[in-house]
Amino acid sequence: MKSDHPDVKWIEEPKLGLAGKMYLPLFVQGLTTTTKHLFSRKVTVDYPEVRPKIDNPLIYRGVHRLNKDAEGRVKCVACFLCATACPAHCIDIVGIESPWPDREKYPQSFTIDELRCIYCGMCEEACPVDAIELTSLFDLTGRSREEMIFDKEKLLSVYDQTKDAEPMMSDSLGGTL
Amino acid sequence: MDIDWTALMAPLIVPLVKILVLIFALLTAAAYLVLLERWMAAWIQDRRGPNRVGIPLTKLHMFGLGQPLADGLKFIFKEEYTPSHVDKALFILAPISILAAAIAVFAVVPFGYVLPLDLPGMDGQPIELIVAPGLDVGMIYVFALSSIAVYGVILGGWASNNKYGFLGGLRSSAQLIAYEIPLALGILGVILATGSLRLDRSILEQANSVVWNVLVQPLGFSVFLVAAFAEAARLPFDLPECEQELIGGYHTEYSGMKLLLFLIAEFLHMVVASFLIVILFLGGWHFWGMTVPAEAAVTWPEALLRVAVLLVKVLLVITFFMVVRWSWPRFRFDQLMSLAWKVMLPLGLVNLVAVAAVYEYSAALGAPGEGLWRGVAIGWGVALVAWIAAAVLAPLHTDNRPRLEAMNPPQFEPEDGLRGQPQAR
Repeated sequence: MKSDHPDVKWIEEPKLGLAGKMYLPLFVQGLTTTTKHLFSRKVTVDYPEVRPKIDNPLIYRGVHRLNKDAEGRVKCVACFLCATACPAHCIDIVGIESPWPDREKYPQSFTIDELRCIYCGMCEEACPVDAIELTSLFDLTGRSREEMIFDKEKLLSVYDQTKDAEPMMSDSLGGTL
Repeated sequence: MDIDWTALMAPLIVPLVKILVLIFALLTAAAYLVLLERWMAAWIQDRRGPNRVGIPLTKLHMFGLGQPLADGLKFIFKEEYTPSHVDKALFILAPISILAAAIAVFAVVPFGYVLPLDLPGMDGQPIELIVAPGLDVGMIYVFALSSIAVYGVILGGWASNNKYGFLGGLRSSAQLIAYEIPLALGILGVILATGSLRLDRSILEQANSVVWNVLVQPLGFSVFLVAAFAEAARLPFDLPECEQELIGGYHTEYSGMKLLLFLIAEFLHMVVASFLIVILFLGGWHFWGMTVPAEAAVTWPEALLRVAVLLVKVLLVITFFMVVRWSWPRFRFDQLMSLAWKVMLPLGLVNLVAVAAVYEYSAALGAPGEGLWRGVAIGWGVALVAWIAAAVLAPLHTDNRPRLEAMNPPQFEPEDGLRGQPQAR
């Protein structure tokens, strides 16, 4: 678009007053802003010593956990909906026939590659029995890639670790099971 | 024949000790000023800044006071890469010359008054806290060496054989040369008032009259302050480097120790600018009620107090430098140049004339004490009028768009009154 195009609007910049030309308001403004911030409260959290406060752990998207039902069994029914919904293809489920009468299948193995996961929470959305949930644990570290592939036992242990601090969402939302 | 070795060696050893102490203090100060700069940057941006590095292998953070050591180690162990396309000799010479000039300036900068130390072989003379005492060309020496700093910058930019480096070098040569003139005009007012080119004399004069030069010559102070910011290439005048445009300007191609030399030299420019501001305009080691009488023989506490007052003032000015960095955006190059030539140069001249007039007619202004305060009033009046005049006559141009009428000149006078409208071809 050329500068003389009829759609180009030329706007005159506002005229500076005498104070503006003397550069003094700019001088004072800049200095007061920086001085104010110099003494204001700092937003950085001193991380390892001070833990950041997570506003609502129930909707935070951290490490996954596999929920257990009242009898301590894994809630999952191996329906593969989470694995299908997962955009990163990080969930791997092997489902076998269930020994319990209340469901047809249950997962023989349930592994999540935590390095591959993008923590979008779609598995949690997809799950019809609220078996998989994202916790508020965010400082996930490991010394090898293998260590970061969480199997069923590990995911269930995350549930044991976090069940008191973060009750199952299904409980607070009315529950499906 | 009996040679008095102490009398012979003392005048040699005393300056050497002073030089050693000064260089050690300067390099340490430069390292810790980097930390202070990072802290200030962080605090102004609501962050905490470096606060981790303390004593290694312990959990002691010590507010990050170990950071300069870690930074220095990092620079030492970094690969010092010399690109193949550079002019090797000049490439190596540039950081050395700029740092040497930056350190050498401190030879005439007093960092206190005297120490009442009765050393053998010094004839009971107190130790003057200045490396080259009694150098009568002190301020000219400062100027000469700050001009050599320009060489370092240009050499670095030229020898790098890199467009960004070259642009940075060009910009900085234009900028530093342009701002030497207001800088000199700012100093000239002080020289007129002091009657000497020696920096320590300037402090003594202010301490004796009990009126700092900033009160008498506010205009000269502002001109000198702005020029000092530009000479030290600090924001809002950091066009030689400006990371956002030139990836570091003249030191784009430098790495490792050579880059460190450039960075130290930059900090030393800021330190020397702060020293000059304090010494020339803010009374040096003088503070009302704390350091009187000026010329009398000083005792130890008195001497140390003067050093402390001077250093605290310098530190405050350096802090101001650092706050300014985050307060105002960088000037555009044409704004920078028009500020130097259209605003700062005339203001400096006005200040010079005003100071000369005040001192010429000081007798007519009344008794010494009273006349001084009239001089102060005149100084502020002149400053106000000149500042307003400069603001009205040479306002800052902020609109950098090409002018519409210049882009579309009217080809002919159309009859339907569409003056300036482009014609269909």
